[in-house]
Amino acid sequence: MEEFIHSRFNYWIYVILMMIGLWGMISKNNLIKKLIGMSIFQTAIILFYVSIAVKSETANIPILPHHGHDFSPKVALAHADSPYHEEDHGDHNGHHTHVETPKVPDPDGYANPLPHVLMLTAIVVGVATLGLALAITQKIYREYGTLEEDELLEKVRADDHD
Amino acid sequence: MIEHAPVLLMVVPLFAAVFCALLGLRWKVVCLPLTIIGLGGALYFTIIAFLQVSASPDHQISYFLGGWNASDFPRGVGIEYRVDLLNGMVLIVIAAVALLVAIFSKQFVPRETPGKEPQYYALFLLLAVGLMGMTITADAFNLYVLLEVSSLTSYALIAMGSRRASVAAFQYIIMGTIGASFYLLGVGYLYIKTGSLNMQGIHDTLIGEGLHDSPAVYVAFLLIFVGVWIKLAFFPLSAWLPNAYSRAPTATGCIIAPLMTKVSVYIMLRIMLTVFGPEYVYGELSWAGPMVWVAVVAIIAGSILALGQKDLRRMLTYLIIAEVGYMVGGAWLLAPGGMARGESLYSTATGLVGTGYHIISDAAMTLCLFLAVGAMIVKAGSSRIEDMKGLFRKCPVTMACFVVGALAMIGVPPTCGFFSKWYLISGAFEAGRWEFAAALLVSSLVNAVLFFRIIEFAYFGKLPEVDDAHGHHQHHDEGGMEENPPSMLVPLVLASVALIAIGLFNKEIAGYLSQFLNTVAMGGQG
Repeated sequence: MEEFIHSRFNYWIYVILMMIGLWGMISKNNLIKKLIGMSIFQTAIILFYVSIAVKSETANIPILPHHGHDFSPKVALAHADSPYHEEDHGDHNGHHTHVETPKVPDPDGYANPLPHVLMLTAIVVGVATLGLALAITQKIYREYGTLEEDELLEKVRADDHD
Repeated sequence: MIEHAPVLLMVVPLFAAVFCALLGLRWKVVCLPLTIIGLGGALYFTIIAFLQVSASPDHQISYFLGGWNASDFPRGVGIEYRVDLLNGMVLIVIAAVALLVAIFSKQFVPRETPGKEPQYYALFLLLAVGLMGMTITADAFNLYVLLEVSSLTSYALIAMGSRRASVAAFQYIIMGTIGASFYLLGVGYLYIKTGSLNMQGIHDTLIGEGLHDSPAVYVAFLLIFVGVWIKLAFFPLSAWLPNAYSRAPTATGCIIAPLMTKVSVYIMLRIMLTVFGPEYVYGELSWAGPMVWVAVVAIIAGSILALGQKDLRRMLTYLIIAEVGYMVGGAWLLAPGGMARGESLYSTATGLVGTGYHIISDAAMTLCLFLAVGAMIVKAGSSRIEDMKGLFRKCPVTMACFVVGALAMIGVPPTCGFFSKWYLISGAFEAGRWEFAAALLVSSLVNAVLFFRIIEFAYFGKLPEVDDAHGHHQHHDEGGMEENPPSMLVPLVLASVALIAIGLFNKEIAGYLSQFLNTVAMGGQG
């Protein structure tokens, strides 16, 4: 049981965060608190996507080495010097370094970049949603003078009867 | 130029939106012409794309954005747009509806949202772009992004109305975000299992790897469907719809009511047929029993709630909920054993043809009714049904179009409403689902009661002449004709002509739909 929780730690966190967000959106009375819930909910999904990109403890970020920064994955280094395509490449000091490498980078050595890219878009969507929702909240407050949902609905009902 | 039609149909209105927002700040008068040009261009390219599809041998064309074509790269690298016979027709409907509403909006936007024309029309165009994008894309994540584009613009368009509209828009944001997020989560599970985001790619991997009994795929299906059901206001999840649609500004109501739920139904069909595939949806899952019953409840509940409404626009929004029940139910009508090997999907899936046909005809019906009601409210000065008295004398053309829309909603031939009900009911008989056929008939009866009540008020109801407490509704030239301006009448008349045209061409449309279902049944590989 403990193993079951440990090995999927990030997924448990995402489920818990998502439930907190849903609860906030559904049961809170204040509109701003609902929006906080919405933000938590969306962030939980981002956490989920980032989690599925992880491959192993040793997998690294998928960036080609440049200017002496070596992001080469540790797992790949165990059986090859470096995972990159064999080529001469000069750094800015002008002298050439020659690396013995296998032809194709080992994909297990890198985290999956795609979910991160997707989440950049999802973050933008989340920001747009939150911005729009806050603007509408502001309009509601200006028109009705309250952000408590029960009071609001009462006033809306009064409007309906006019 | 022609081979780029699938992307141009989105690019043209997108750029029109940008120019609308920029130039509109300086010259407000350019907004409406720009909108009409943008949507007219979109309509032109949707027709081109549809003609291309119907001429191509396998009845679908793929367009790969950024040149990531499937012959050089594996499918799923890069974003694919695909047009086939189903979404080709849906695209034409979206562009045409948006264009007609744009013309109609000329009288309403300056009055209801004074000084905000540039913002309004930019959002209006973006909404059309988002809806067309949702329809054309063949990429599951791209669909999420475009779903949010169309949702965000529709929240803003609703909130631009009265102060009650902003409260409705807020509730819609909460529900819409939950729905879209569930969809996104479901796509994540599919991505874990298949490693692809391309709809066809997901489908091929699900079959190739034999993932149909995987619990993760089941959870993905569940999450995606809860998300889509919230978006399309399937009955228990539909509480947000009536407020949001009936309180929105008139032009907003006229565009989102016909399109938003119908495009969501299309998304549901696409996910059922292309992403998961009929083998999974009708073979592996055995949901058809309960799903049709839920649809029956949705139809009955929508109809009964509509009966209780005193406000005309609000009544129509409850009818939308009932119509969504038609389409969701029709999608699950499949005769038992119909998916046996070698048997074509179509031989047993008249219900699916009915659902596809109803997407098109319901968009036209809802458009016609919302336009007519918008025009009637202007003339009556109120949206209450009892205030519609004497409207036939005042604006006969508007009322004639309303009657055509009402007859289509009831299901009188030769309007399209009759034929979509015909296909749905034959599908129900084929599948032996009598309860669904009964629900359709009950809902038609309720529609008849609803609309004849209004027509009676408008035709026989006398304008108060001598006495009466409603004296303030009395117009100075009672009995005289004062028809609406042509910018309102032209879209309205075109919409009601479309109702009859879609009905008369029902054979052709159903033929396209069954051809589409055949390609799906054969794996749909393009």
